Amino acid sequence: MFTTFIRNKQAPVRGVSAITIALILAIWTVSTNLKWIDPIFLPTPQSVWNAFLELIKNGYKGVPLHTHLINSLYRLFLALFLALLTAVPLGILCGISKYILAIFDPIIEFYRPLPPLAYYALLVLWLGIDDKSKVALLFLSAFAPLFISTVSSVQRVPQNRLNAARSLGATKLKILLYIIFPSCLPDIITGLRTAIGVTYATLVAAEMVAATSGIGWIVLDASKYLRSDVVFVGIILMGGIAILFDGIIRLYQRLQFSWVGKQD
Amino acid sequence: MYATTSVKTKSETLKNRNTAFIELKNISLYYSNGDHGLPILDGINLQLDENDFVCLLGPSGCGKSSLLNILAGFQKPAAGEVIINNKPHTGPNPSVGVVFQHHNLFPWLTIEKNIEFGLKMQSISKRERKQLVSHYLNLVGLESSAKMLPYQLSGGMKQRAAMARTLATDPQVILMDEPFSALDALTRENMQIHLLEIWKKTKKCIFFITHDVEEALLLGSRILVMNSCPGRIIVDLPNPLLHRAQSVREIKYLKEFNELRHHLISAIRSDFKTAN
Repeated sequence: MFTTFIRNKQAPVRGVSAITIALILAIWTVSTNLKWIDPIFLPTPQSVWNAFLELIKNGYKGVPLHTHLINSLYRLFLALFLALLTAVPLGILCGISKYILAIFDPIIEFYRPLPPLAYYALLVLWLGIDDKSKVALLFLSAFAPLFISTVSSVQRVPQNRLNAARSLGATKLKILLYIIFPSCLPDIITGLRTAIGVTYATLVAAEMVAATSGIGWIVLDASKYLRSDVVFVGIILMGGIAILFDGIIRLYQRLQFSWVGKQD
Repeated sequence: MYATTSVKTKSETLKNRNTAFIELKNISLYYSNGDHGLPILDGINLQLDENDFVCLLGPSGCGKSSLLNILAGFQKPAAGEVIINNKPHTGPNPSVGVVFQHHNLFPWLTIEKNIEFGLKMQSISKRERKQLVSHYLNLVGLESSAKMLPYQLSGGMKQRAAMARTLATDPQVILMDEPFSALDALTRENMQIHLLEIWKKTKKCIFFITHDVEEALLLGSRILVMNSCPGRIIVDLPNPLLHRAQSVREIKYLKEFNELRHHLISAIRSDFKTAN
């Protein structure tokens, strides 16, 4: 009964959000169609829509739109995958041993607050202008949030939970795999959400600095030709993809981690 | 009928005195606060027998839990040793089961997976695991909650699941650290009845920490009282009321109850007076 109550309450909340979107669309449509604003600054929704259809049909600069998207997402997910593969095991080790943490902490604490584009120039110099340098840049920006959330999560695993596992016969390795890892998984996924956000922003920036494909590059390139309709398509696509990914992870969290925050 | 069983247990207890099942030899522990640590436990010698249900009473902060942690192997004593079945006990292992004050179930595992955990750690075959899990689910009356996650259960059910998880690994001794103190009075009473039944069925050695004198009189076959600063055992008596009542409510009507209760409480109090 309580859940239906919440669900009923959520419907009007969602409705408010829908009204916001509808209002923005309405103001956009009216103001552009009545020529209050120069279409170079703000194109009409119809022309954005037409640009979108045009991009789907003919691609951008001879390359199909989906290839641009796949290029961008490939860079993003390869970097995230590599970061997950390294940051989580290393974070678990650092969470267990403060000495191991002391080895890596200074490096991570130093590079973490740096704006990624500051060291992107170096990466391009070392790894070339193509995908390698971009994946390395995205990897670095995904690594820090994943690593930090893993370390702090391991440190917060209750001692009694570890004791219980030990007195049930779990060895050190089994405690790592069956107790510490699942205890930390919700925090790791939250860290992954943060990492996706940071990496996504970095991706677009990286493609704007140096690339010949990708959704970020489309936006930059189109702006050079004052094709603000294409710029809008690019921005809306980027936002939509980000919302989609975040939604998938949130759904996974809801289904998988119903126990989080309910322990007494 | 109850009287005969209690006599039997007592005579068995006496018989086994020379070959104690669990032996604590001269256990000492200090607060590691500088060089001159404050003593928490001071030369504790204790022998537990195979079918003992030992209740340890004591004021809070007297080192009851430290003693349990040493028995479990979670903590190393500054001096002395724990011997279980003629072997020194140095680290936690499944022969010494622990039930905590907080249920400590693994929150991401269903109740049956929680109970299965210890069996899995010991590489018991899947078929056997399944049988054992359903046996222990049945023992604690949680068959219908097998597929639920711990947070979906009430406090008493969670503690029952925790008991089943510990029992499933077939420990030689079960340590319980005020396991019912966080439960409401009614649930606590049910749990006490339940635990007594389990003890009668399994006849395992139980080392039960409590600050509730009535609980100790209802459950324990042997009652210990510890004082504080430093912790020593000052009372060690077989429980004459064992098996004479079904619940804490009933035990209060027994003739000897008040006398014993006063005796134990004044033992705990006397310590308070000397301490303050």
